[in-house]
Amino acid sequence: MTDSKYFTTTKKGEIFELKAELNSDKKEKKKEAVKKVIASMTVGKDVSALFPDVVNCMQTDNLELKKLVYLYLMNYAKSQPDMAIMAVNTFVKDCEDPNPLIRALAVRTMGCIRVDKITEYLCEPLRKCLKDEDPYVRKTAAVCVAKLHDINAQLVEDQGFLDTLKDLISDSNPMVVANAVAALSEIAESHPNSNLLDLNPQTINKLLTALNECTEWGQIFILDCLANYTPRDDRESQSICERVTPRLSHANSAVVLSAVKVLMKFMEMLPKDLDYYGTLLKKLAPPLVTLLSAEPELQYVALRNINLIVQRRPEILKHEMKVFFVKYNDPIYVKLEKLDIMIRLASQANIAQVLAELKEYATEVDVDFVRKAVRAIGRCAIKVEQSAERCVSTLLDLIQTKVNYVVQEAIVVIKDIFRKYPNKYESVIATLCENLDSLDEPEARAAMIWIVGEYAERIDNADELLESFLEGFHDESTQVQLQLLTAIVKLFLKKPTETQELVQQVLSLATQDSDNPDLRDRGYIYWRLLSTDPVAAKEVVLAEKPLISEETDLIEPTLLEELICHIGTLASVYHKPPSAFVEGSRGVQHKRLPGSAGSGESADSPDTGSAAGVSEAPPAVIPSQGDLLGDLLNLDLTPPTTSGPPPAPSSGMQMGAMDLLGGGLDSLMGDESEPPPVPQRTDTPQSPQLSHQSPSPPDYSPTELGGDLGGSPAMGAGFGAPPTAMPASFPPPVSGGLDDLFDLGGSVGMPMGAYSPPKSIWLPAMKAKGLEISGTFARRAGVIQMEMTLTNKAMSIMTDFAIQFNRNSFGLAPAGPLQVLTPVGPNQSIEVALPLSTVGPVMKMEPLTNLQVAVKNNIDVFYFSSQYPISMLFVEDGKMERQVFLATWKDIPNDNEAQFQIKDCHLNSDAASSKLQGSNVFTIAKRTVEGQDMLYQSMKLTNGIWVLAELRVQAGNPNYTVSLKCRAPEVSQCVFQSYEAMLKN
Amino acid sequence: MIHSLFLINHTGDIFLEKHWKSVIGRSVCDYFFEAREKAVEPENVPPVLQTPHHYLISIYRGKLFFLSVIQTEVPPLFVIEFLHRVADTIQDYFGECSEGVIKDNVVTVYELLEEMLDNGFPLATESNVLKEMIRPPTILRSVVNTLTGASNVGDTLPTGQLSNVPWRRVGVKYTNNEAYFDVIEEIDAILDKSGTTVFAEIQGVIEACVRLTGMPDLTLSFMNPRLLDDVSFHPCVRFKRWESERVLSFIPPDGNFTLMNYHVSSQNLVAIPVYVKQSISFFETGPCGRLDITIGPKQTMGKTVEGLMVTIHMPKAVLSANLTATQGTYTYDLATKVLVWDIGKLNPQKLPNLKGSLTTQAGTPKPEDNPSLNIDLKIQQLAISGLKVSRLDMYGEKYKPFKGVKYLTKAGKFQVRT
Repeated sequence: MTDSKYFTTTKKGEIFELKAELNSDKKEKKKEAVKKVIASMTVGKDVSALFPDVVNCMQTDNLELKKLVYLYLMNYAKSQPDMAIMAVNTFVKDCEDPNPLIRALAVRTMGCIRVDKITEYLCEPLRKCLKDEDPYVRKTAAVCVAKLHDINAQLVEDQGFLDTLKDLISDSNPMVVANAVAALSEIAESHPNSNLLDLNPQTINKLLTALNECTEWGQIFILDCLANYTPRDDRESQSICERVTPRLSHANSAVVLSAVKVLMKFMEMLPKDLDYYGTLLKKLAPPLVTLLSAEPELQYVALRNINLIVQRRPEILKHEMKVFFVKYNDPIYVKLEKLDIMIRLASQANIAQVLAELKEYATEVDVDFVRKAVRAIGRCAIKVEQSAERCVSTLLDLIQTKVNYVVQEAIVVIKDIFRKYPNKYESVIATLCENLDSLDEPEARAAMIWIVGEYAERIDNADELLESFLEGFHDESTQVQLQLLTAIVKLFLKKPTETQELVQQVLSLATQDSDNPDLRDRGYIYWRLLSTDPVAAKEVVLAEKPLISEETDLIEPTLLEELICHIGTLASVYHKPPSAFVEGSRGVQHKRLPGSAGSGESADSPDTGSAAGVSEAPPAVIPSQGDLLGDLLNLDLTPPTTSGPPPAPSSGMQMGAMDLLGGGLDSLMGDESEPPPVPQRTDTPQSPQLSHQSPSPPDYSPTELGGDLGGSPAMGAGFGAPPTAMPASFPPPVSGGLDDLFDLGGSVGMPMGAYSPPKSIWLPAMKAKGLEISGTFARRAGVIQMEMTLTNKAMSIMTDFAIQFNRNSFGLAPAGPLQVLTPVGPNQSIEVALPLSTVGPVMKMEPLTNLQVAVKNNIDVFYFSSQYPISMLFVEDGKMERQVFLATWKDIPNDNEAQFQIKDCHLNSDAASSKLQGSNVFTIAKRTVEGQDMLYQSMKLTNGIWVLAELRVQAGNPNYTVSLKCRAPEVSQCVFQSYEAMLKN
Repeated sequence: MIHSLFLINHTGDIFLEKHWKSVIGRSVCDYFFEAREKAVEPENVPPVLQTPHHYLISIYRGKLFFLSVIQTEVPPLFVIEFLHRVADTIQDYFGECSEGVIKDNVVTVYELLEEMLDNGFPLATESNVLKEMIRPPTILRSVVNTLTGASNVGDTLPTGQLSNVPWRRVGVKYTNNEAYFDVIEEIDAILDKSGTTVFAEIQGVIEACVRLTGMPDLTLSFMNPRLLDDVSFHPCVRFKRWESERVLSFIPPDGNFTLMNYHVSSQNLVAIPVYVKQSISFFETGPCGRLDITIGPKQTMGKTVEGLMVTIHMPKAVLSANLTATQGTYTYDLATKVLVWDIGKLNPQKLPNLKGSLTTQAGTPKPEDNPSLNIDLKIQQLAISGLKVSRLDMYGEKYKPFKGVKYLTKAGKFQVRT
């Protein structure tokens, strides 16, 4: 009596036989025949030839037969569109049937027949069914709209079905509401910008009501829809959270996770000091833990999501470490995820337990898992400082097992531990060296070589060890070759006498026998460094390395925020934004967490659009490439400062302004890390150049190096003329921002030295993915400096800082690279002073003292502009001879004279004079006429423009009058502002 | 939403396919087969796979893969839950979920799939709603159907579909009205070498079998509901009353269902019913090793431990085991390297012991990995968390039902490391 009999007729004339049976008079026989056809269909056999015969069976009162025929139709209608038309009449008739089950079945089936000609006939019956008295028919019809939309979107819009669907959100039956929401969500996915699901407090209220009563699947649709809503304020947010919380106790894990998504998102809006906030946090933990006792597939998805949740709100699960302990019969994909979360939750409080577990895992069978466990021990050491010692000893124990892959992993992570805690655990090097021969993976070999090079002075036979690697230099991977090169150079710098031959050998191997440009270039850089200035080489190569930071693989904060909004979706499983992989999501919507009441950090950042790109290039994971990064940092950024003359701005500056601001800054790093062009002479290197005895070989003069490095020195030359080239009419009002800024001043700054405005925020964190820059300009000992505070308000570390200016009125340009050598950790600030030169390219800016700056770090490039006080540009030799002053004053036409009032200044003339002198405004003469002091002053700008001033101070009158005369009257306004700022400071 | 479903057996044959939208070629499964190949063990196939145009989400149940194809962003948990529901339904209808059973009932399965999903949206997944639309096969019914020409497909709208209690049909009638509840607790634990608990928690479930006439409204209360801080309920349970009064108030579905799942976390102390003394060692010299395992009662609350069984996955190098058991029997499967010691009832006076030597392959190095012991056990009439039902009240109907509560404690994933 089983259906398997339907499969047994695999004889030759099968189709023919079936045909006969389908046309039989007996009902029972017909039904059996249709069943046979369906059975063949389910296993992928082609039974489309029977189409007309099956369709003939459609006109029947037998519901089962009808259903079977419908099943057949759905499968084959597409391939037989003309025949399918035959079925339309029956469909239309069935849509009028008194039995709601048949009405629903007909409308449902019609929607599944993806034939254009049929869909035209579908519209009328569908319209009726959407308004059917029976909710079962309505909910079926709602889904049918989505089907129809998939086949012919235009038709659905033209027929006004979308509006009808929207009306169904207010239906009295919760099942209908849920299906309408599901259908609308699906349609909205293909129309990202249409406002289909117009969520307002009224609809939200309806959805929340339906949420309690509809099926589990409906709850998922509704919750996912709710998650797209942004509440108006924290009270609304709280009330939604309160109504969603009961869903956390649902048996269906998808409902639970969708509820978690809504709560995680709306929680952002709740003030953290609210009692409810704490309650909610507590309520989130148990359901997440429960998800982990479900089937392994569910666990996997749950774990991927928990990984996100733990990064965003570690407090939720901080006490639940134990549930992530791995069971030996967990599937491997669950094991690996659990391990990841264990490390994220590791803290001083639980590290002992975690380490014991990890050690246990390191003896398991599965190689991938063991490797990851060993690596995890290293990550614990770096994350929890107190445990470092224990981790190292655990790793040593593991090395003693001599299991090949365990040893290799251990060495890779020990290298990272050295980077984090220098000069602490070097005693273990001897043990590591014992295992040198067993290393066959590039990463482990590279790590070992790095260790030998870094600690060459403590390893007696370092040269032998490195030499042994050198034998097979060309067979090594690039990673190992680069490390070997660096390590031998380090060794040479530490023990120059014995290793001269070795270093020459490796340099010639790298530069002459290698096709790899990276290797060759690095070889040349070392070579030239060593030959030009061994002392500098030492400083560069053996420089202090930045410590590596603890959280290395955190997801970038903006991406994390987006992913939190996608909890429970594929995006959360892949940890990529949907735009990065979902096919058919035409036009991408980026979801954002709502701004919280406390900190609106980056809530409305306009940069979110680039999140997709960011995900492709995650923040540098230091453990894997830290050493390389560190070395490059030392190498690439230092040379310009060690060479004599201040290098001219890099060639990137010559690009047009628009180009620069349009993202051209990407070339910045490229420019700087480019090795100096290789002179032809290097192909005949001679050993004396390398030795200490000839510190400055004639072939490589420092100036030449500077020139090579910096590009054309002629660039600064075209500078003298700019004032005359400027348009004559200069708009008087300079933006008030500067004045405001100065008003803030007051107490800050040095009263007697050169005037420097207080620091102000140039780049708010929310516009720069967490990087905040505040700063000011100052002239110190004749050098213009840009003094900045870089604050990292994001969760990941920032490295690779670089800066570039747009062309500006006075040719300001960085005189060296931005000296941020250590990565800036989360919530860390760093002070930098960037010396500026005035020989950069010139372009008149509006306002005159505007400076457009681009700052780059490992995350992105950010742009901001700031205004510098013109007094920065007053040079020290700005004191004019008295005669010259007189002559010049007369010579400059009166049209160029500008007069300003400085109000509320309570200094006497002498105090004012000395104060101004601090900023290189020199008083040349003083005259007293009728109780009024007249000070004649001069100052010279960096570009050679002289400004002459007459300052009138009347005793008892707080208002001064300044008359400025200058051949370039455009600067007068700025000079006046500086006067005011300097005097009032 | 869910686009297609393929059922694949453990040898990699697709034996059923169902498409809810357009037809997708079988070749899409090739990506899955590739991953299946890579994973070696069928359990280790990643549940979510990405292919150039589709996503494949699969579960592995009863040696079958349920593989669904999706094309748009769909919550994967939703898909996985649904696939498990499909497997549950097949199990519920035909008693087991296997290739043979599905092939025997292919048309019914096909009809069920059609009924469960419409255009990828779940339509009816409640077992009792489905059973009204498509009746499960019984021998009696198939005989009757053959005689009368009636069909398995219901031709009226299932009553539960749209009411406020979709899980219950109206007009239920029984001569014997009875309600049974089974409180079943599983201990998940990891013990380390020395017997210290590394991790332990309890997964509890209350399974109900309710055969009551009409529309009964039940209230189940506990002696110590404070134990339950992490619970998930069948949709029939009124959450508000649980929150305010800590009682389970519900109109039950008809027949068997899971009323509630709960989880007693590792932070509460979990009683461990047995202790295990074990030593498994391999000698550096010669191809052999020793094994010695003793099990004794620890916190059994005065009840007897039954169905005791120890399973050990031996290292690959172990060729054979020559052991003596003081109680029960042991088997060692050469192919899978699994040693099973079936003990039965634990006698506190005479502790069971398994002792003897292991032979390893000559010439191979001493096995490095430590095999873990998996313990199975059962304790009747005990909920190890201490949970107790205090009373069951019925409202809405006049008759007096027969009520019963049973308790059972089992080992879940109970592992002892060596």
